[in-house]
Amino acid sequence: MTDDRKNLSCAAFQAQLPELIGSGENVAAHPHFQSCELCRALLADLETIAEAARQLFPIVEPPDELWEQIESAIKNEDGRTDSGPTGQD
Amino acid sequence: MAPQVPDSPPAPIASAVSSHAVEADALTRAQAGDHQAFAQLYSLHKRRIYSLCLRMVGNIAAAEDLTQEAFLQLHRKIATFRGDSAFSTWLHRLAVNVVLMHLRRKGLQVISLDEAMEPAAEERPGRNFGAPDLTLAGTIDRLALQRAIDNLPAGYRIIFVLHDIEGYEHNEIASMLDCSIGNSKSQLHKARLKLRDALRGFPRKEERR
Repeated sequence: MTDDRKNLSCAAFQAQLPELIGSGENVAAHPHFQSCELCRALLADLETIAEAARQLFPIVEPPDELWEQIESAIKNEDGRTDSGPTGQD
Repeated sequence: MAPQVPDSPPAPIASAVSSHAVEADALTRAQAGDHQAFAQLYSLHKRRIYSLCLRMVGNIAAAEDLTQEAFLQLHRKIATFRGDSAFSTWLHRLAVNVVLMHLRRKGLQVISLDEAMEPAAEERPGRNFGAPDLTLAGTIDRLALQRAIDNLPAGYRIIFVLHDIEGYEHNEIASMLDCSIGNSKSQLHKARLKLRDALRGFPRKEERR
């Protein structure tokens, strides 16, 4: 019995990729993937990009003035008058 | 004589427990209307929320405005938090919704159903999309990737950030963006393809002409 999936064109295989990847299927086990160097290279790049992106963004400190603006807006909303952040950081 | 070793958990664990206790206490008081406690919650979560906004919109001024709006919304809604999820998770989701509302007000079409249902029309047969000598080979310039993400169309960037960076699942994204799960998967895939092209200096042609 032959596996028709092996005879898929690259375009047809890649049309299925969002679903294959998004549903967590083992794309590496797909017959087309195993026989196609171009699609293996594509997948390798996409995985590299996703991994690099996860490590890319640092946690950033907002400017100190932002709390003052928020506090001011809160006071405008409910008339509260109280102190600022307590330095729990 | 050997120095006395305190009988306490390792510092990171102790710190996490302490941080959790501080947050729980501040949360309870803030829910009762204690402004000082709310300020404490801001201090505990400001970096994560600001960073989230910055990643989603890629613009410092907008990220500041959205962080402010997120904490204003938190102030309005904090009494409704019932602890069904972790507070940080709840706040994160609240901030994501604030950003999405902002983008919708600006007219962003996060999702195009027609585009999403088109079977990868941009992948024309025969295109040299993955020649081995042109692969990224596991090395990506961080600045180039940052720039490429910033330059993604807003709809693509949102889904890429939510899934690949913030770790949301497709069903969660679909719920937040009011689209299908398949749509979310498709848009994410296209976002990654666009990033790949950008990183290889190969502008991807528009999907449908």
